[in-house]
Formats: sequence, structure tokens, C-alpha cells
Amino acid sequence: MGSLKLTSITKAFGNHEVLKGIDLAVEDGEFVIFVGPSGCGKSTLLRVIAGLEDASSGSVQIDGEEVATVPPAKRGIAMVFQSYALYPHLTVKDNMGLGLKQAGTAKDEIETRVGEASRMLSLGPYLARRPAELSGGQRQRVAIGRAIVREPKLFLFDEPLSNLDAALRVQTRLEIARLHKQLKATMIYVTHDQVEAMTLADKIVVLNAGAIEQIGSPMELYNKPANTFVAGFIGSPQMNFIEAGRLGDTQTKTIGIRPEHIGLSRESGDWKAKVVHAEHLGADTILYLESEATGLLTVRLFGEHRYAADDIVFATPDKSRLHRFGADDRAIA
Amino acid sequence: MAKARTSFVRSGLIHAALISYTLIALFPVFLTLVNSFKSRNSIFRDPMAIPTPSTFDLVGYQTVLAQGDFFGYFQNSLIVTVLSIALVLLFGAMAAFALSEYRFRGNLLMGLYLALGIMIPIRLGTVAILQGMVAAGLVNTLTALVLVYTAQGLPLAIFILSEFMRTVSDDLKNAGRIDGLSEYAIFFRLVLPLVRPAMATVAVFTMIPIWNDLWFPLILAPGEETKTVTLGAQMFIGQFVTNWNAVLSALSLAILPVLVLYVIFSRQLIRGITSGAVK
Repeated sequence: MGSLKLTSITKAFGNHEVLKGIDLAVEDGEFVIFVGPSGCGKSTLLRVIAGLEDASSGSVQIDGEEVATVPPAKRGIAMVFQSYALYPHLTVKDNMGLGLKQAGTAKDEIETRVGEASRMLSLGPYLARRPAELSGGQRQRVAIGRAIVREPKLFLFDEPLSNLDAALRVQTRLEIARLHKQLKATMIYVTHDQVEAMTLADKIVVLNAGAIEQIGSPMELYNKPANTFVAGFIGSPQMNFIEAGRLGDTQTKTIGIRPEHIGLSRESGDWKAKVVHAEHLGADTILYLESEATGLLTVRLFGEHRYAADDIVFATPDKSRLHRFGADDRAIA
Repeated sequence: MAKARTSFVRSGLIHAALISYTLIALFPVFLTLVNSFKSRNSIFRDPMAIPTPSTFDLVGYQTVLAQGDFFGYFQNSLIVTVLSIALVLLFGAMAAFALSEYRFRGNLLMGLYLALGIMIPIRLGTVAILQGMVAAGLVNTLTALVLVYTAQGLPLAIFILSEFMRTVSDDLKNAGRIDGLSEYAIFFRLVLPLVRPAMATVAVFTMIPIWNDLWFPLILAPGEETKTVTLGAQMFIGQFVTNWNAVLSALSLAILPVLVLYVIFSRQLIRGITSGAVK
């Protein structure tokens, strides 16, 4: 239980079309991430699934059941929000139990479920506190706990880590991954952060301007991006795009090569270039090169390297890792 | 040191301005209170003087309490004010919630229409209101006053509250919807507690003009049974002779309940601000 099927979902606010025909199937137990730049419609799509927005057309099926007329509370979903959205006047315990109380669950049942969720998230000591007395990370754990107690068919996460600082973000990310394994529940997660997407997802849905650009596992998207948008969006630093004409390739429009798939040498190589800027991160060295052959080029080398600005170097791409894109920006197999 | 001196001068000037404004604002109240404790002759001989043992006189208060049913007037004023505030807050908050929360055709127009009353004084419609009240058989009832004051207070209430309600997090309301709260529960249990400071502001703004109003009680409810305090105090003001002792005493007494209500609301205001919001 816990599958989701979207069929040609559209959503328009006035004349502005936010979603342009979304088709998607999510299997039971999958961790699916919607990723895309801001304004691509990913949050709207999540709200349509939750029933907080009505789709302009198309159908949403949860467990094979059409839910267009079912209110959010009866859809068997739970949602975690970016701003936590805890009830400020209720204690942590009441925050987690409210949904069950509204649904008429017996008191001792609520008690056990809240107890279990708070154990899972180590929230035990805070049960009697109010949200104002908690730190950001604790508040988000309470919000996740509130979702867990409902034992939903679908977990919906709307950028849950965006308000946390970097260290907490990593920690909470691990926690969510662990929960997914433990609960074996279907989870749908919206983020604009491709690192979150790559690390958590079974399946990533890349959205752009209200349409799906590509659906696939993290490694599929990394190794076989369907078009220049996905190629540029997944992977950090961004893939280098080189006009194919400059390299004498007339069949394709653009050639892409990831920064980590370029080798560098001081003596010889394909493209002679000058180092414009070097970033030494310890584990990585990221170099920005200016080459007559290719234009601006980003290169990522593993480990420490002693390159500095104004050095002359030679870059050589890994030929097997080149991506070719045609005139319509789609990948050429 | 120069820096410290300028800041001293600056804060001194600010305080001087604030203190002089306070004095100006409090002066009529002071005059009313002081003279209400003096005998008639000493009021006219030296209106600014503080009551001394020789000029101290409670005759004003005695007159007020002896003549007419002043407790009844107080009760009327309180009933009208409290009921009106309650209705203004309830309907104003509900209308504001609808305007700020739901997208519907004509939302903006409706908002403007409801705020129109801020610019057009309700007294322009006095004749029509009186005719309406006569037709409805509501003349000389407190109901008439409550209805008029509710209408009078709503525009500003809706205007202020809808602005505040737009600031309440959508996520919070959506979390409530997912937890199965009805729209009414979301309104009463999530949104209202968060806009409590605004509610207190609206309550204060609504309360003062209602308590002090002479116009509508005089026109709609001048009967002995339904007199309000402000109207009741008028019976001591005659065309030729005015019983200043009684007028000033009545007005001094009338300040008290407003003061109590104000203290209650301003405490709410402070509590609302400090009660920890969404993040």
C-alpha cells in the first residue's frame, strides 16, 4: 500500500500555467524526489497530491483510488513543511497527536504511537515543551514525528531541510534516510538542492517550467541526462557545455563534459588553457580555465594540486564520458 | 565625551517632546478629575486649583448617585460596548480571514467595499438608520445601538485584521487541514491566537468611540431605560444652568470602566507579542 499515480495533471492560476501535464507513477515504498529550480511547479505538484490545491485537470490516484474529491485529512497522507508549521500553542506531544485526535483515535492508541515516534526521533525529553522552546532541528524532528504518528500511505516533504543550517541539514538528511528504511513507506520529497536529491532518492523527477524533464535513478540522471537542462542541473560543479562547432563536430549542437571527467597536465593535452581561478577545497581542487579551443572550462581534480591562477595547463576530456546534445537540446545516444 | 553629550541632548529633547504631549493629552482629564472634587464656587473661582480641605466637596458625586439611575446607565454603556466589540471582532475577523485566505472572484472588490466605511462616516446615514430602526421597532433598545456600532466598527477591523492574517503562515493552516481540522477550527484555534495583538488593537480602536458616543444614544435610544453614561451626563447640562459638579463627576466615573477595559486589552497585546510565533 502506498502507490501514487498522476495522469496529465495541469494547474493554472488565472492565465499562468504552472503545471503542464504531469504523468508519474510512484511504486509502493519508493523514495521519489521532485527537484528543479524555484518556480518550476514542484511545490504546487506536491500540494496537488496533498489535496491542498485542486488540479485544473488530470487525476490523482492513491493506491489506485481517485482522490479528487477526498479532503487532505482523508487521503492517508502526512506532510512535513519547510517552515515546520507546528501549532505554537500546543506541546510537542499534542502537536504530534492532534491529527489522530481529530480522526477519533482512542487515547491510549495515540499515546503509544506518539511514544513510538518520539523514541524513533529521540524527542522523549521534549514532549511537554512548546515549539517556541525548541531549536530549529528539534522543531523539524517534531514535524517529522507528527507525520510518522499518522502512519500515512504517503509521506510528503516540502523542502524540509531548507531552514536548517548546514550541519543539521546533513544530520536530518541521514535521519530521513534511516526512517525511510525503517518504515518502508512511500515518500515524496521536494527540494531545489540536488545534493539532497542525489543522496536520498530511489527515483528523481527533474521538473522545469511545469513539465517533467526526466525521471530516473540518481546515477541514470548523472550518467545519461536526457537533455541539456538535466545535464546542467544535476552534478556540482555544473557540466561544461561546449559549442560542438568549435571542436569540429557538425552533427551535434552542444557537447557536454563534467568537470570531474577532464584530466589536466602541465606538459601536453588536447586543449591548451590558462587558469583563471583555483579553488582548493582539500578533497577537491576546482579550476576555472580559459581555453581558446573551448571557452570557459571548469575542471574538478580530486585531492590537492598545486595549480594557481595564470598557470598554463593542458586539459584532456575523457572521451567515453562526453555527452552529445542535438539542436533540440536533447541527448544524442 | 562629545558623543555622550549630544546623545544626552537628543534624548532630553525627545523626552521633553513626549512629556509635553503627555501633559497636553492628560490636561482635560486632570481638569475633570480635580474639579469633580470641588465645590461649585471654587470651580469657578479657580478652576486650576487642586482641591484643598476648604474647597473639597463631594456634592457632584452625591448628585450623580442620587439623581437618575446612574448604575443603570453604566450597565447600558458596558453592555453596548462589550457586545459591540465582541461582534466587531468576531465578524471582522471572519470576514478578514475569508478575504485573506480564499481566492474567489471579486475578492479585491469585496475587500475595498468592506473598507469603504473607513472613509464614509456612518453618521451621514443617521436619518435612514433611524427610519430603519423605527420600522424594525428597535428604537429605544440597546440592540439598535449594538447593531449600529458593530456596523461602524467593522470596516477598520476588517482592514487591519486582513492585513495581519496575510502574515500567518500558509504552511501552518495547511498542516491543520492535513491533520483534519475544519476551516472553523483553523480559524479559531490556529489563526486567531496568532493575530491576538491585532485583535487587541482593533478592540481598543473600536471601544473608545463607542463608549464616548453621544450621537446615536441621543437619537436611537434616549429613553430612561436605555440611556448610556455619556447621555446620562447630559441631563446636568441645561440651556441656562449647568450643574458642573455633577457633569464632571459623571465624566470622572465614566473614565473608570474604559480604563479597566484598556488595561485588559493592552495586556493581551503584550502577551500576544511575546507568545512565540511559527518559527
